[in-house]
Amino acid sequence: MSLESATIKKIARLARIGLDEAAVTRLQAELNGIVGWVEQLNEVDVSGLAPLASVSGTTLHLRADVVNDGGDREAVLANAPGREGPFFAVPKVVE
Amino acid sequence: MLTDLSIAGAAEGLRRREFSAVELVDAHLDGIEALNGRLNAYITVVADQARAAARQADGALAGGDVPVLTGIPLAIKDLFCTQGVRTTAASRILGNFIPPYESTVTANLLREGAVFLGKVNLDEFAMGSSNATSAFGPVVSPWTRGDGASLVPGGSSGGSAAAVAAGLAMGATGTDTGGSIRQPAAFTGIAGIKPTYGRCSRWGTIAFASSLDQAGPLARSVEDCAILLGAMAGYDPKDSTSADRAVPDYRSACTRSLRGVRIGIPKEYRPEGLSPEIEAMWESGIAWLREAGCEIVDVSLPHTKYGLATYYIVAPAEASSNLARYDGVRFGERVAGATLDELYENTRAAGFGAEVQRRVLIGTYVLSSGYYDAYYLRAQKVRALILRDFTEAFEKVDALLTPTAPSAAFALGEKMDDPVQMYLNDIFTVPASMAGVPAMSVPAAVDAKGLPLGLQVIGRPWDEEGVLAVSAAIERAAGFAARPTLRAGVGA
Repeated sequence: MSLESATIKKIARLARIGLDEAAVTRLQAELNGIVGWVEQLNEVDVSGLAPLASVSGTTLHLRADVVNDGGDREAVLANAPGREGPFFAVPKVVE
Repeated sequence: MLTDLSIAGAAEGLRRREFSAVELVDAHLDGIEALNGRLNAYITVVADQARAAARQADGALAGGDVPVLTGIPLAIKDLFCTQGVRTTAASRILGNFIPPYESTVTANLLREGAVFLGKVNLDEFAMGSSNATSAFGPVVSPWTRGDGASLVPGGSSGGSAAAVAAGLAMGATGTDTGGSIRQPAAFTGIAGIKPTYGRCSRWGTIAFASSLDQAGPLARSVEDCAILLGAMAGYDPKDSTSADRAVPDYRSACTRSLRGVRIGIPKEYRPEGLSPEIEAMWESGIAWLREAGCEIVDVSLPHTKYGLATYYIVAPAEASSNLARYDGVRFGERVAGATLDELYENTRAAGFGAEVQRRVLIGTYVLSSGYYDAYYLRAQKVRALILRDFTEAFEKVDALLTPTAPSAAFALGEKMDDPVQMYLNDIFTVPASMAGVPAMSVPAAVDAKGLPLGLQVIGRPWDEEGVLAVSAAIERAAGFAARPTLRAGVGA
């Protein structure tokens, strides 16, 4: 399957990566190369197989339902590229 | 020279007060000062902090009983969050990110007395096999092949490997998602082990592909790797995939007898056109293990050839999800935009390099509506077959022996036009990652150009001891003594 430039733009939009036309053209060639290559998996018979999401096989531990961290506002905000008082600042979202 | 010592040897020398931790750390800082401009192994050097930690170590050593790594200078891959020290993942997007916490793996090393020299370079977000995708510039291997070309140290733990090989650290942390410890170890003539998935906590390690990422050590000997892994490993309630298992005495495994151990030789790791030098090294490895008392058994891992394609769906899919957090709002770089979406798009376009963008886009594509079943779900099913291959092989044998990489280190610029060509570097390392089993690279030979080649030992889940035992036997038999052209105190 070949990716159209419209598809590249759509996935770039989903991934929130801004691309100019030159980048779209370059990525179209690169991604088609990669996608064409991974399509070799179509020759594998996977019928009846369960997808493997994790090899860890560990059972999840339970812990007491108590607060064990937090209340450290300044540490959380210390790396913010934009802040106003005790808040992260972003461009206006709601008119 | 102090920078040539093993960790085991240096720990002994420190205990006997033959030299101080301050002297040991200073020798490494001098090496960094002399060579880092050429190797670009370190992104951040914390000289003052290291000297202060060394003075503290000397105090502890004077007092008697000390933890195993007291005063041992290490390099930390810049993917592990270190409290108060800038952590970059070799990406522009993290900007001047200063973690307010310490990763579990580095906290464990500090608990054992280690001294951190600084944060070492890597492929951006650990995505690469050459260390050429770093936003802080490529790492240059301390090895040369006589034609004047700058060679890659491998990746993604390229800074870790170059620093250890050149004597700019006694050992280093790495992470391995598809070969990122083993391939650079092979390229730089050192040892490196990726333990079983779940052996080391992932907490505080910047995530690439969470179902594959595992931390492990790189060092100049198998025993040194065993010492470091023993310190790094252990159950951590902060990582739900961390295994609640006792950490064995890895160091003692290195001297174990191999009599009667069955070693599998998978025929699929001998693809058409495999270099004769790699093939010869592999044959030597087989002979050494036979002499050590092992039984050599031919085995088949029939889905090996699909490992890479599976990896290049699963890993980007997980990466696209993990890297969604870099939005220019809570930490890291921000590029302004008129709307919030524009801010995201501008920030991520400027902050992520080309390879990271490619992988995030591939991952987004294979997870997107209409393609999820055809790509992602199918890849997860093939992953089940790859795991089954290993499970069946380990019914017949105790460990597997393969080459680590299909070639020696290549030059900067080679293999860099076509992403798929670069991905083929990981052909022998990716399957063990997909199956989550432990695997180690140990230096075994040099090629005709004098460049190191590594053998890979793959073990059963949780059997790092078996992997270390086989690797140590190879190390003893190989007698690998070659050192890189550029190293601390030499060639500076």
